Amino acid sequence: MKTFQTFKLLKQRLIPTLLLRDGRMVKGIEFDNYRDTGDPIYASRVYNAQYVDELVFLDIDATNQSRATNKDIIAKVSKECFMPLTIGGGIKHIDEIRDLLLVGADKVVINTAAYDNDDLIRSSAEMFGSQCVIVGIDVRLENNEYILYKNSGKVKADISLLDHIKRMEANGAGEFFINNISRDGCMNGYDLDLINIITKNTKVPIIACGGAGNFMHLVDAYKNTAVSGLAMASIFHFGDNNPIRARAHLKNNKIQIKEV
Amino acid sequence: MIGIIDYGMGNLHSVKNALEFLGIENQIIANPSEIESMDKIIIPGVGSFKRAMDNLHEKNFVEPLVKFGNSGKYLLGICLGMQLLAETGTEPTISSGLGLIPGNIELLKSDTLRIPHMGWNGLTIKNDHPILEGVKLGADFYFVHSYAFHVESDENIVAVTQYGYDVPAIVKNKTGNIIGIQFHPEKSQKQGLKLIENFSNL
Repeated sequence: MKTFQTFKLLKQRLIPTLLLRDGRMVKGIEFDNYRDTGDPIYASRVYNAQYVDELVFLDIDATNQSRATNKDIIAKVSKECFMPLTIGGGIKHIDEIRDLLLVGADKVVINTAAYDNDDLIRSSAEMFGSQCVIVGIDVRLENNEYILYKNSGKVKADISLLDHIKRMEANGAGEFFINNISRDGCMNGYDLDLINIITKNTKVPIIACGGAGNFMHLVDAYKNTAVSGLAMASIFHFGDNNPIRARAHLKNNKIQIKEV
Repeated sequence: MIGIIDYGMGNLHSVKNALEFLGIENQIIANPSEIESMDKIIIPGVGSFKRAMDNLHEKNFVEPLVKFGNSGKYLLGICLGMQLLAETGTEPTISSGLGLIPGNIELLKSDTLRIPHMGWNGLTIKNDHPILEGVKLGADFYFVHSYAFHVESDENIVAVTQYGYDVPAIVKNKTGNIIGIQFHPEKSQKQGLKLIENFSNL
């Protein structure tokens, strides 16, 4: 079997992830115990000035009320941050995707609905292109096996990791956004085994999330896996790390990053 | 005044946002009869080639766009909008494009590289064009595509990017008034905005 490589000239991506709740930015540990971390629009502006490669916004509540707020946030951010913007959380219908793209999103992350509705991924990939459809996958390592969870980590999904990956790729997913819940907010490094299992079994790009606590964690993931992009939150929320320093550190470690 | 063609294929607001940010006068064009009065035209778009051409036909955009391009006025296609400038597309089946730049659109050739080609990648300049004026050499731009423009003549290539092979990144017609950009300048931060600013100054 062929292993799909991320071409070395394609730059590694740093992707801050902003978790949204009622119009505010929050961050938790293992999908729980959320703390307020500020205003998402202000944070986006700062990240933009620090040359990050993309921004991902994930609504952790996805109530109707927060949906309207999220659209508003994307609309504002897209007027001043000229980089790819992704939004996810509670998306169930193709019309919601169209609305988000219309206000300035470039891609959407679909997680829970991807398990229950093959047609959603298929028809949105056909309508808007695969590049716009990211399938989000949350896992926990239980008894040495990766178990998939939906509904923000609350409900076990009834399919194996590799079956899900293959099915979503066949449905037209253009990218996977992988998070190991047990590492979320723990700042002790990415799950490299998980990344390697997935990159070996799909040809679409992978963004890994969950675990970045220092810059060596980023270097480790880029050097030891074929990941296409790394997403992170805590590392930039807590402490005095920022994307400019992350970029400098990656460059010093011979990781190819975007020239600006 | 720059007209942005609204034919139901995605990210026209990102392009509009970039023009607004740069203080460039622009207008979204939903009616083909408005095309002629524009100084310049941008065709944005994400999605599949055939659906895009079907939409352009349905909304009667094809003839006025071809006329505009042949008039010598500046026309810019971005991403899918760039690919529509070709003679034929293959996504998902063979269909005719606008035929403004000789060549066709084919799936990226790769056995081992991930598709779509998604992320920041650099340019190698093949033929100079004023749209590159002041753009930093070596800068990276945001690409996201599965298909590539295989131009008939190297003269039509302004810049390529490396993804397994030389993939056309910026193309032009013989007279240089029709330009296609495979990556998203409106999503490529400072250097991308510079390209858009240059287009407005052509």
